[in-house]
Amino acid sequence: MIKKEPDLLIQATPMLRQEMTTPRAMLDVWIALIPVILAAVWFFGVGALLLLLTTIAGGLMTEWVFTPADKRRGVMRDNSSLLTGLLLGLTLPPGLPLWMAFLGGAAAIGLGKLIWGGLGSNLFNPALVGRAFLLGTFPIAMTTWSPAMGPGHFFEVQGSLFALPFQTPVYDAVSAATPLGLMKFEQQSTALSKLLIGNTSGSLGETSGLLLLLGGLFLLWRRDLDWRIPTAIFASAALFSGLLYLVNPVQFPGPLFTLFSGSLLFGAIYMATDPVTSPLSPRGAWIFGIGIGFLIVLIRGFGGLPEGVMYAILLMNGATPLIDRYTQPRVFGRQARSG
Amino acid sequence: METDKNLDAYQEFVKGLWRDNPVFVQVLGMCPMLAVTNSAINALVMGGATLFVLIGSSFLVASLKKWIPKQVRISLYIIIIATFVTVADYSLLALMPGVHKELGAFIPLIVANCMILGRQEAFASRHGVRFAVLDAAGMALGFTLALFALGSVREILGNGSLFNIPLFGDTFEPWVIMILPPGGFITLGLILLVFNWAAVRKQRFMQQVAEAERETL
Repeated sequence: MIKKEPDLLIQATPMLRQEMTTPRAMLDVWIALIPVILAAVWFFGVGALLLLLTTIAGGLMTEWVFTPADKRRGVMRDNSSLLTGLLLGLTLPPGLPLWMAFLGGAAAIGLGKLIWGGLGSNLFNPALVGRAFLLGTFPIAMTTWSPAMGPGHFFEVQGSLFALPFQTPVYDAVSAATPLGLMKFEQQSTALSKLLIGNTSGSLGETSGLLLLLGGLFLLWRRDLDWRIPTAIFASAALFSGLLYLVNPVQFPGPLFTLFSGSLLFGAIYMATDPVTSPLSPRGAWIFGIGIGFLIVLIRGFGGLPEGVMYAILLMNGATPLIDRYTQPRVFGRQARSG
Repeated sequence: METDKNLDAYQEFVKGLWRDNPVFVQVLGMCPMLAVTNSAINALVMGGATLFVLIGSSFLVASLKKWIPKQVRISLYIIIIATFVTVADYSLLALMPGVHKELGAFIPLIVANCMILGRQEAFASRHGVRFAVLDAAGMALGFTLALFALGSVREILGNGSLFNIPLFGDTFEPWVIMILPPGGFITLGLILLVFNWAAVRKQRFMQQVAEAERETL
């Protein structure tokens, strides 16, 4: 066995087969998200499950229709569309009509992945492309949040889910503001315990901070995610929001609220760490994460919308090729480029 | 100068509609294409204005080509085009002030439409008046067709109407993105996708026909 600098092991055969494959990695994320899905169903009723199934169906159908017949079996088996559909579904408001969710799933796979050349060639996170498309297309439906329900309403499905295609949904309940909306428009903070447990209004999968962190730890243990990206996002979001908080504690939330409110945890752990759309080098991962954290605080503090995680991640996705180019490690034995 | 002897009048007219469509095949004139196609009526008025400007300037360029010095030809083309654009601009202002206001700066910007200058440089300045006008008419109609395709899709989805006539009733949920610029890019991209797909399919079919013919001979 030859050991080279830095930690490069070169061995003769026989070699162990690498267990980590694309379908396996995707499945791991699914497992990590199961508690989050259960929490979504607990807080928002069976309607949450219907929404998730619809986005997944939209994604899978688009994938099937636009993949050449001879490649279908391989592509459909790599679980990536299943995961994209699930991630998109978890970012949607609980009362979104199913036809919009289906359209979002189709846009996520069609515009977010297939048009770029399939898995591995896309510049932007497909689930977030789908969400951005929905937010641009149906801005009112995408920002109407229904309040989290108790367990008593488990089997009640909101009527707005079943709005006919192309029709405006009619909402049963009075909509409730998300913790971020309360903060931005009414300068009203939400208790940290509520944010941790998830008993607030918001997107399906983003409300429960503890379960999101639990899934993140599982992924870390399975080595499915680059720990640098979430760490960098948390650190920079905490730092910049802390600075703003020091300047004006009335208008801007403190670091803890920033970290646990909205979709920051969800975005940092499950969206930003997408291996296709994040930088490859460790230094690049730090830059990427710090950029996302900074943009989140910037958009939340000074933008028109209360939440900015989606646009922050999409913007840094766009910068990823550039980051990769400038942080490319020096080839071993070659001099550093001067100038 | 190329000769006009081996040109076919019908072919020169028809090529702009489909085979050499300025938008779908040459991908020219993208600025008005994306900017003013948020409703079918805007698209058609824009197409009409372009038709007038293109036919007029192709006619003038083809008739004056002997007196246009090679060195300053581009500026002279632009002056000719600008003349017709000014006529179109003021006519629209007088006839349809509402639409003129909606189109805004994009009527004067027809001057900068590279499709028009491209036809003068590539066709009108090399051919006779008759063919130049036919080519201009075909190209402008193809351009109008493309604008209308985009404008109608965007108006139907983005506003639930066509030519301001509601199609889906009161409870229609508009796709806001479709009347915004991203909707223009997405729709244009999807239309180009279908166009290229059809072109590839046709080419493959023609190849199969040719092979079958070779085998039977």
